[in-house]
Amino acid sequence: MSSSLITVAYLASAVLFILALGGLSTNDTARRGNLFGMIGMVIAVVVTIAAFVTRHFEWLIAIMIGGGIIGFVLSRRVQMTQMPELVAILHSLVGLAAVLIGIASFLDATIQYTGVEKSIHEIEIYIGVGIGAMTFTGSIIAYGKLSGFIGGQPMLLPARHWLNLALLVAVIVIGVKFVGAADHQQATLLLLAMTLLALLFGIHMVAAIGGADMPVVISMLNSYSGWAAAATGFMLSNDLLIVTGALVGSSGAILSYIMCRAMNRHFISVIAGGFGTSGGTSSGPAIEGEVQTIDIPAMAQLLNNAKDVMIVPGYGMATAQAQHAVAEISRSLIKKGIKVRFGIHPVAGRMPGHMNVLLAEAKVAYDIVFEMDEINKDFPNVDVSIVVGANDTVNPLAQEDAASPIAGMPVLEVWKGHTTVVLKRGMAAGYAGVDNPLFVKENTRMLFGDARESLEALSQAL
Amino acid sequence: MKIAIPAEIHRGEKRVATSPEVIGKLIAAGFEVIVESGAGAGANVNDDVFVEMGAEIAGDTESAWAAGELILKVRPPEFNNELGRHEIELMAEGAHLISFIWPGQNEELLQQLAARKATVLAMDSIPRISRAQKLDALSSMANIAGYRAVIEASHHFGRFFSGQITAAGKVDPAKVLVIGAGVAGLAAIGTAKSLGAIVRAFDTRPEVKEQIQSMDAEFLELEFEEDGTGQGGYAKTMSKEFIAAEMELFARQACEVDVIITTALIPGKPAPKLITRGMVETMRDGSVIVDLAAEQGGNCEATVPGKVVHRHGVNIVGYTDLPSRLAAQSSQLYGTNVYNLIMEMCPQKDGKITIDMEDEVIRGATVVNRGEITWPPPPIAVGAERKPSFGGQAISPEQGEKQEAPVAAAAKPGAVANFLKSVWFPLIVGGLALFGLGQVAPPSFMAHFTVFILSCFIGYMVIWNVSPSLHTPLMSVTNAISSIIILGALTQISSNSVLIYILAGIAVFITCINIVGGFSVTQRMLQMFKG
Repeated sequence: MSSSLITVAYLASAVLFILALGGLSTNDTARRGNLFGMIGMVIAVVVTIAAFVTRHFEWLIAIMIGGGIIGFVLSRRVQMTQMPELVAILHSLVGLAAVLIGIASFLDATIQYTGVEKSIHEIEIYIGVGIGAMTFTGSIIAYGKLSGFIGGQPMLLPARHWLNLALLVAVIVIGVKFVGAADHQQATLLLLAMTLLALLFGIHMVAAIGGADMPVVISMLNSYSGWAAAATGFMLSNDLLIVTGALVGSSGAILSYIMCRAMNRHFISVIAGGFGTSGGTSSGPAIEGEVQTIDIPAMAQLLNNAKDVMIVPGYGMATAQAQHAVAEISRSLIKKGIKVRFGIHPVAGRMPGHMNVLLAEAKVAYDIVFEMDEINKDFPNVDVSIVVGANDTVNPLAQEDAASPIAGMPVLEVWKGHTTVVLKRGMAAGYAGVDNPLFVKENTRMLFGDARESLEALSQAL
Repeated sequence: MKIAIPAEIHRGEKRVATSPEVIGKLIAAGFEVIVESGAGAGANVNDDVFVEMGAEIAGDTESAWAAGELILKVRPPEFNNELGRHEIELMAEGAHLISFIWPGQNEELLQQLAARKATVLAMDSIPRISRAQKLDALSSMANIAGYRAVIEASHHFGRFFSGQITAAGKVDPAKVLVIGAGVAGLAAIGTAKSLGAIVRAFDTRPEVKEQIQSMDAEFLELEFEEDGTGQGGYAKTMSKEFIAAEMELFARQACEVDVIITTALIPGKPAPKLITRGMVETMRDGSVIVDLAAEQGGNCEATVPGKVVHRHGVNIVGYTDLPSRLAAQSSQLYGTNVYNLIMEMCPQKDGKITIDMEDEVIRGATVVNRGEITWPPPPIAVGAERKPSFGGQAISPEQGEKQEAPVAAAAKPGAVANFLKSVWFPLIVGGLALFGLGQVAPPSFMAHFTVFILSCFIGYMVIWNVSPSLHTPLMSVTNAISSIIILGALTQISSNSVLIYILAGIAVFITCINIVGGFSVTQRMLQMFKG
């Protein structure tokens, strides 16, 4: 196959990938976009096989089918509440692949460069493998945290910033030696040593970040997997990889930025880990006041008398698998002529858009699901707000207490509504470790217990 | 501690200072409760119900009063004609009393209570601050009075409140004017609105405009600038010019509306006369005025406190006991307010109360402390009443930067920092870096680099357009396409080296998981967004 033809095919794939991402701008075009992405991928893979693969065809096909089946089964079995876990584990695979391909490329004796080109090629390999390794272990740790194998609390080693710095310096020093190494075998050892360090760095970095910062971490790893692909593209002089890697990398970077902005935090401080610990012991003033509880029949009555209901879901809805019960309640309220809307904080859940997916799964019409900025001004007109498993995203301290660790974070102003009912398992503070004065506000009622059980009972009562 | 609840003896008073639920809660908090027989009769609560909740019943008035270390009442203590003794004399020496007292008007009563070495908390003297809202019996009673005012108006008004179109002809909705949008006024607005009337409201405090409009009523405005907000969220006396403009407005409204409900009060002063006899005359026959300020002399010149009078074809309701006319409701809310006050003094729920004079709520409510008159309390300065001060603290990132900037400019050494923050710095650094790269890098690399940078920009443009609700599918699809890295493995898999072959094989395997898994799960999610 001529190299121009390959280039044209890759160009087509790149355009299709861009269209795939562009399609996600609206619900209507999103499915078509995904189809474009698949077509682009098929074109790229088929053309590459036709052009470069000369033997081991049967093995290759077997491997691809095997992997494909595993991927398909995974994607069908996964529950929507577990999407963050799935995405994390898939990221780790991209990272691992980048490492393997980078090392293989380095070992490949048929590729011969000299002078500056050799150095650049080696730097590309070095960076590609490094980012890949970091993505790999980072994603695995993120997966562990999300699925509960590893505690959600940040692991804070003493002098962790110095440790990170030391790792970085070591990686650079090894890198300089690696590029300058005359002996191929010595260079290989150096590359493997750096890979090891990058693996450790990935573990350490994500382990230091707590559970609720996961939206940032996942987006960041998403971004890294893209940069790893781009670096691999440089290494192999493959423009399609570069384009795709850059698209994915910038996508992840933008998502990270959106998530950080939604928490009013700097990217660096999220990555440096340990929320709230840098500010010393400023855990905010103790909240005084009395919690007022409500029971199911009273809440049902409250809802029946309301005209305008706002439902604010958080990560608790996902953990309790309560999205169907929530949707059921919204439907029965709408049937009674009550206006029901959903207010979604950008960092609700453990990955960007997590709540939207859960609500879509439960068949909540998406025209009643609103972003925080769209509905925050409407709260004064809301009769009843139902907070399902959200805490920091509805904490008034973010606006009231400048010394609070969450000060300045945009929050859903549920307390401005007429009545707020908070569904919660207990009085534990949110992820940020800040007490929430919302729970003791005059117009707040608490409904303790498992969100799903409570909501199902409520649904019955309605 | 033993809590006693005697029956109210004031003529026509039907309320009682507690409710069965409250008794249950008091007993749970470690108190003993004794209720005078028949105390709840006016509020339709039998003695049996109190007993069921765990209270004792005192057979006669004296024993109820004598038993209580803490006495709960609604009305201030007064002379008991039946027994020929003042209620204060029935109290045990050193006992506690929680009740409405109106210390401003009842100087003599305070003296008597002090002589009895009593400790007295006046429900009417609780400071009106956010924390004390759940103790605020005045608001509870005002709410009930506002509701009942509309019901009374409707009772004396010979027609519907709501507009209807019937087979027998069209009925216009009643027009209701509410003067004074405090708690009672707002309750009246809400009730009149829910009966279907057209509601207009007026208040001298401009801050309540929003509250009135939020209840779907029309806020009548004067073409006159003066803020009527006084201390503690109450209104203050206005200037002469303002009052003239206000009276003109009322005169115009009087010709139009069917019902006027007045709730205008200024603390410590007789009620302002807002509705003159002349205005009453101009009202249509059959109209109704409900004067909630009747006890303080009335907002209407024709009001007779405690009575309904018919003047110039208009019914003027001057009842001073509207909450008592809804006795069950009033008792329940008042009882809960009192319970909340007791709990403020009994945080341990151990059946004992402590009077903490450092606590501004308790300090404000306590008018006599162990025989010593402690009224009036030192003033509490409350600026924006019941509004937590946000402002200044909720700074969006952009504002934050703007505020920082002048500081940096003010300090001379800050100029460098300023430059570092400006848009030029990254541009210059980026330019230099590119220049350096161009010096050393071979052309083939630069071609790829061009592609890379342009792709980053395309990605940037495309991703900002993605709907936030589709961020999860975005992540899974980018995941799938980042597996394009499989191309690298595919170019290596035909290598002669077994090691490379194996490494590439593993890479193909895992990227295939990723490609199929990523696209397939994205498809699955997007299917759900089909709506």
